[in-house]
Amino acid sequence: MTAELFVQYLFAGITYGSIYAIVAIGFNIIYNTTGIINFAQGEFVMLGGMIAISLLPLLPLPLAIGVAVAVTMLIGALMEMIFIRWLKNPSVLRMIIITIGISILTREAAIHIWGENIRALPYFVGNEISTISILGARISPQVLWVVGVCGVMVVFLHLFFQATSVGREMRACAANRMAAILCGINPRNMVTLSFVLSAGMGALAGCVMSPITYSQYDMGTGLAIKGFTVAILGGLGNSGGAVAAGLLLGAIEAFSVSVVPLAFKDAISIAILLLILFVRPHGIFGSAEAARLKTF
Amino acid sequence: MLKIRNVESGYGKIRAIRQVSMHVEPGEIVTIIGANGAGKTTLLATIAGLVKASSGEILFGGQNLGAVSAPKIPFLGCVMVPEGRQVFATMSVEENLLLGAHVLHKEGRAAVEGLLEHQYQLFPVLRDRKTQLAGTLSGGEQQMLAMARALSSRPKMVMMDEPSTGLAPLIVKEIFQIIVRLRDEGNTVLLVEQNAKAALAIADRGYVLETGKVILQGPASDLLNNRDVQRAYLGREKID
Ligand SMILES: Nc1ncnc2c1ncn2[C@@H]1O[C@H](COP(=O)(O)OP(=O)(O)OP(=O)(O)O)[C@@H](O)[C@H]1O
Ligand SMILES: [Mg+2]
Repeated sequence: MTAELFVQYLFAGITYGSIYAIVAIGFNIIYNTTGIINFAQGEFVMLGGMIAISLLPLLPLPLAIGVAVAVTMLIGALMEMIFIRWLKNPSVLRMIIITIGISILTREAAIHIWGENIRALPYFVGNEISTISILGARISPQVLWVVGVCGVMVVFLHLFFQATSVGREMRACAANRMAAILCGINPRNMVTLSFVLSAGMGALAGCVMSPITYSQYDMGTGLAIKGFTVAILGGLGNSGGAVAAGLLLGAIEAFSVSVVPLAFKDAISIAILLLILFVRPHGIFGSAEAARLKTF
Repeated sequence: MLKIRNVESGYGKIRAIRQVSMHVEPGEIVTIIGANGAGKTTLLATIAGLVKASSGEILFGGQNLGAVSAPKIPFLGCVMVPEGRQVFATMSVEENLLLGAHVLHKEGRAAVEGLLEHQYQLFPVLRDRKTQLAGTLSGGEQQMLAMARALSSRPKMVMMDEPSTGLAPLIVKEIFQIIVRLRDEGNTVLLVEQNAKAALAIADRGYVLETGKVILQGPASDLLNNRDVQRAYLGREKID
C-alpha cells in the first residue's frame, strides 16, 4: 500500500470513526442517566440531516443546520416525555422494546414525510470534487468539517459535564439517584436533558456528515448498530473510550476495504460486536470495575 | 418545626409505618430508636418524600410535605443523611458538597463557598481530601461527607439515619460530638439510631419504634432509665 493510499484510508476511517463516536457518546449520555440503551439514537442523526435538507430552500445553510438541531432536540425531549417519563421502574427489556418502537415509529414518519429518496446537504465549502492535499493524499474539506465538529462536540461535552453545575447534577443522578433527590435534584429533568443533549449531538453529526454519506430515512438503524458496537467496545458509559473505539472501528472498516470486498464492511462491525459481547462484555477500554463506576 | 400526625406508610401491601405521630421542635435533638426492621428508615424516607404516606399528615414549618415532591423538599430546609452514607462515589469531595448546596444555587457563589468553608471547619478531614473521589474515602470519612453534604444546604432540620453504623468507637464518638455541636449552633436534628444508649445520651427527647408503631416516647433521660427500654435496646437485661 502506498503512503498516499494509507493516508486516504486513514482519513476515511477517522471520518466514519468520529461519527460512530458521536453516536456512541449519545448512547452513553442516556445510558448514564437512565441505565437504558436508547436504540432510537441513530434516528436523531437521520432527523438532523433530513430536517436541515428540507429547510435549505428557506434558510441559509448554517441557519438551516441550527434550526434542524434545535428541532431534533425538541423531538428528543418529546420522545422522553411521551414514552419514557411516566414509566415507574421499567425493566431493561421493556425499555429496549420501547426505544426500538420509537425508532421504528420515527422511521415510518420519516418515510411519509421525505419518501425513500437519498438526499444530501451541499458541501459546506467547495463541492464534491474540491480537495485539499494532506501528506500526498487528496481529502475532501468536508472530512475536516466532520472531524472538527465531532472533536469540538466531544470537548464541549467534556467541559459541560466537568465544569458546569447542570453537568455536575447530571453526573450526580448517574452516580446515585437517591442521593441526588436528597440534594434537591430532580432526576426526571436530568433524563429529559440527556435525551435533548444526545438528540442535539446526533443531529449535528447528521448534518456535517450528510454531504459525504448522504441522508435517507433508514440511515439510523445502521448507525445505531455501529454506534452501539463502539459504545460497548469503549466500555458502556465511558465517553473517552467511545472516541478511541469509534476511531478504531472506523479505521478497521476503512482498511478492510483493501482486503475484503466492500459488501463485507458492515459485517465486520457486527462480527466485532458479537466477539466483544462474548469475550469482554465490559469493552476493551473499560474495566469491569469502571463499568460499575459509571462515568461520563 | 416538624409535626407528624397518624402517618401510615409502606411499600405496596407492606405497612411499615402505622399511625405514627411525633413532633420535633427547633433546636432539639430528637432520636428515634428501634430494632432492625422497626420502620425507622421508612419513617425518615416518608418525611423526605422518597416514600409516599398513604394517610396522615406531615407538616414541616406549617407546610404539608405530602403535597411536595421529593426533590423539592430539601428546598424547604428539610434534608436527610441517608442510611449507608450514599455519597456520590465517582465524584470528588468538593463536588459532593457543591451538590449538597444545590438548593442554594440562587444565592450565588459567595454564599455557597462560605457554607462549604463552614463544613470544612466542622469536618477538617474533608478539607485535606477536597479533590479525592468520595468512593475512596474511609467509612468514617464518607459518613462525615454525607453529613457535610446535607449541612451545606443550610437546612432548618437535618435527619440522620444511623450515622454510627459500621464505624469504630472512636469515630462514633466524634460523630456524636459533631451532632451535639450542631445542636449547640442552633440546628435541629432528627436522629435515627440503633446505638440507643449513645443516641439517648445526647438527645433531648426520644421515640421508641416497634413494628411500625411508636410504643414509647418522652425525654431522653426518662427513656434511658426506662426498664423496658433498657431491656430491649440497651442490653441490660442481666443488670437489675
Ligand atoms: N424497599 C422496600 N420494599 C419492601 N419492603 C421494605 C422496603 N424497605 C423496607 N421494607 C420493609 O419495611 C420494614 C421496615 O424497614 P425499615 O428499613 O424502615 O427498618 P429500619 O428500622 O430502618 O431497620 P434497620 O435498623 O435495619 O435499618 C421492614 O419490614 C422491611 O422489610
Ligand atoms: Mg434503617
